[in-house]
Amino acid sequence: MASNLPGSVRQFGVALRALLVFTAILGIVYPLVMTGVAQALFHGNANGSIIKVNGKEVASDLIGQAYTMDSGKKDSDGKAIMVADPTWFQTRPSASDYDAKASGGSNLGPNNADLLAAIEERRKTVAALEGVDPSQVPPDAVTASGSGLDPNISPAYAALQVNRVARERSLSVEQVQKLVKDITEGRTLGFLGEPRVNVVKLNAALAALG
Amino acid sequence: MSDTAAGLLQVGLLLACLAAVYRPFGGYMARVYTSDKDLRIERATYKLFGVDSKVDQTWAVYARSLIAFSALSVVLLYLLQRLQHWLPLSLGLPNVESGLAFNTAASFVSNTNWQSYVPEAVMGHLVQFAGLAVQNFLSAAVGIVVAIALIRGFSRSRTDRLGNFWVDLTRTVLRVLLPIAVIGTVALVAMGVVQNFSGGHEVTSVVGQTQTLPGGTVASQEVIKELGTNGGGYYNANSAHPFENPNPLSNLFEIFLLLVIPVCLTRTFGLMVKDKRQGYAILGVMATIWSAFVVLATLFEVQGAGSATQAAGAAMEGKETRFGEWASTLFAVSTTGTSTGAVNSMHDSFTPLGGGVPLFHMMLGEVTPGGTGTGLYGMLILAVLAVFVAGLMVGRTPEYLKKKITAREMKLVSLYILTTPTLVLVGTSIAMGLATARASILNTDSPHGFSEVLYAFTSAGNNNGSAFAGISANIPFYNTALGLVMLLGRFVPIVFALALAGSLARQHPVPVTPGTLPTHKALFVTMLVGVVLIVTGLTYFPALTLGPLAEGL
Repeated sequence: MASNLPGSVRQFGVALRALLVFTAILGIVYPLVMTGVAQALFHGNANGSIIKVNGKEVASDLIGQAYTMDSGKKDSDGKAIMVADPTWFQTRPSASDYDAKASGGSNLGPNNADLLAAIEERRKTVAALEGVDPSQVPPDAVTASGSGLDPNISPAYAALQVNRVARERSLSVEQVQKLVKDITEGRTLGFLGEPRVNVVKLNAALAALG
Repeated sequence: MSDTAAGLLQVGLLLACLAAVYRPFGGYMARVYTSDKDLRIERATYKLFGVDSKVDQTWAVYARSLIAFSALSVVLLYLLQRLQHWLPLSLGLPNVESGLAFNTAASFVSNTNWQSYVPEAVMGHLVQFAGLAVQNFLSAAVGIVVAIALIRGFSRSRTDRLGNFWVDLTRTVLRVLLPIAVIGTVALVAMGVVQNFSGGHEVTSVVGQTQTLPGGTVASQEVIKELGTNGGGYYNANSAHPFENPNPLSNLFEIFLLLVIPVCLTRTFGLMVKDKRQGYAILGVMATIWSAFVVLATLFEVQGAGSATQAAGAAMEGKETRFGEWASTLFAVSTTGTSTGAVNSMHDSFTPLGGGVPLFHMMLGEVTPGGTGTGLYGMLILAVLAVFVAGLMVGRTPEYLKKKITAREMKLVSLYILTTPTLVLVGTSIAMGLATARASILNTDSPHGFSEVLYAFTSAGNNNGSAFAGISANIPFYNTALGLVMLLGRFVPIVFALALAGSLARQHPVPVTPGTLPTHKALFVTMLVGVVLIVTGLTYFPALTLGPLAEGL
C-alpha cells in the first residue's frame, strides 16, 4: 500500500487542477457566454416573457397569477381570506398561492383525505361562482398544478367562466368568447401537449379593453 | 384528433428524432473514444492538469483517478455552499447548513440530483452555475467514461490498460457534452426558458397584487440537467416550472435530451466491439421495457384510480395544463428509466399504480436506457448475468463478446448487482424503524406514506433524484443517510464495473463456435428482458407489496 501513496497523491494533484480548469470553463465561461448570447438573440424570452398593459409590466405570460380579492374575513391566523375576483378569469388552484418564489405542487397522494376534501370544496365554490351544476366543473379547476404557477386552464374551464366575466364587465358574451377563442392554443403541431387557454394573456387582454 | 392518437404521435415523434440521430451521434462518440488525436485545446488542458495523454491506465489507476476527482468535487461543492454568503451573486442568501450542504454535494457529484431544499430559497446564482451546473457536466462525464472503459474491457485483449481517465473525461466534456449544451441552451431560450442574472423581477398584476419573478441562468443549466441525466431543478418545481419548461415543444425537447446519450451509446458500443448487432440487441432490451412502462403508466393515469383523483374527474393534481396526462407520463417514465430524476409533474400525486411505475422503473437499476454511461454499463453487466444463466441452463461455458465469463467475473457482477438493492432496502428499513424519520411522511393515511420513504431510498440508491416529494427530507437523518446511500450507490458499483473491465481486457478472445450463444438475436433480447425484470422483481417485490401494490390493488 505504501508504494501506492505517491501515485495517489499525484492523482489528487491532477484532480484538483482538472476540477479548477473545468470549473472555469463550465462554471464561469459557459454560463456567461450563454447569457450574453441569450440576451442578444432572445431578449424578451431570456428575461421572462414580460407582458405590459398600458405601458406597465403586469406579468410574465408564462407564470400564472391569482386573480383574487380580499373577502373582508380573516382566517384563524389573522390572515385575510382571499376569494375569486369575479371580474377576471380564474386560474387553477395553486399549492403555493402563485408565489413565484416558492414553486411546487401539493404532493398529496391520490387517496389523501385532505386532497379529497379540498377537491370537493373547490368544486362547490367554482360551481357557485359560475352558477352551474357541480358536475360541470372540469378537473383542472379543482386540482393544483405541479408548479403552482400554471398560467393555463383547459378550454372547458375557460368556457365555463365566459358568461360570468361578460356579465360582471358588462361585455357581450360574444365579445368575451371571441377573446377566449383568440387566446386558445391547440396542441403544438396538432399533437404535442394539450389544448389550453393562457389566463394571464386573457386577463391582460381584458384589462386592455378597459 | 383524439387524445390517444395525439399521445401516440407525440411518442412517435420522440422515437423518430432519436432514430434520426442514432447512427451519426453514436458513430461520432465512437470516434471520440477511439481517436488517438488530441484537439489543440485538449493538449492545453492536459498541460494544465499535468497528465500525459498518451499513457493508458490500469483499471486500478483509472478507478483511483475517478475517485480522487469525485471526492474533490464533493469537497469543492460543499465549500461553495458553506461559503456562499460571502461570495458574489448569493442573492443575499445565507450559507447553506452543513447537513444539507453535504447531502447536496453528494447528490450532484453522484449524478443523483436529489434535492431536499427549495432552490429559490437556498441556492444563490453562483452556487447554481459555478457549482451545481459544473457537476451536472462532470458527473455525467464520469458515468460515460466508465461505460467506455467497460466497452474497452470487451474490445481489448491481453492488456491491463483500459485508457486514460483524464483524456476520456476531457473529451466527453469538450467534444460531447459542451457542444450540445451550447446549441440546446439557445434552442431552449428560443422556446421561452429564461437566462439572466436577475435577483428577482417585480411586477404588479392587473388586480394590483405584486409578484416577484425569479431569475437565473436557467436555460444553460436546464440543458445539461437533461442531457447529463442529472435532474436537479433550478427551481423547486423542476421541469414543471414554466421558466424551465414553458410549452409542449420544450417538453419533448427535454425528454429527447435526457434519452439521447444513453440511447446512442448503444451504437457507440456496437461500433467499438466491432459488431453493431450487439448494440442493437442492447437497445432492443432497453426499448422494449421503456415502451412497456410508458404504456402502463399512461394507462393507469388515464384510468384515474384513487378517491381524490375520481372526485376531481382526472389525474390532474400535480400536473400542468400544457402537458396533461400523456406528456407527463412520457416524461415520468423517461426520467426514471434514465438516472435523470427531473419531473414535469409531481409523482407523489400520480394514481397509486401510475406512481408505482416510475418507482419500479428506477428499481430496474436504471438501465432502460439508463443514465449517461451508467445505463450502458449497468445493462452490459446484466447481459453478462444473462449469458451466465443461459450457460447454466444448457451446460455451456458462458461467453459474452468473445470473453469467457469465469468465477472472477461472476463475483464482480454479483457484487455490482447486490450493492444497490442492499442500500435501498436496508436504508428504507432503518428509516421506517425511526420515529423521527417516519415523522417526515406527508401522506400518513395510507400505504402511500411507506411509498414516499421507499421512493426516496430507491431514488438515492439508483442515483435518480426524483421524489415522492411530499416527504420532508431536509432533516439530519435523511440528509446524512440519503447522502451516504447516493455516494455508495454511485461509486461502489463503478469500482466493480471497472474491475470487471480490467479482468475482461486481460483475457484472450475465445473463438466463436457453433456452440456459442448468439447475443444479438431475439432469443437473447427476450432472455435479457427476463433477467432484468426477474432479478429486480424478486429483490423488490416484498417492498412493493407494502407500498404501491397495497394502495392500488
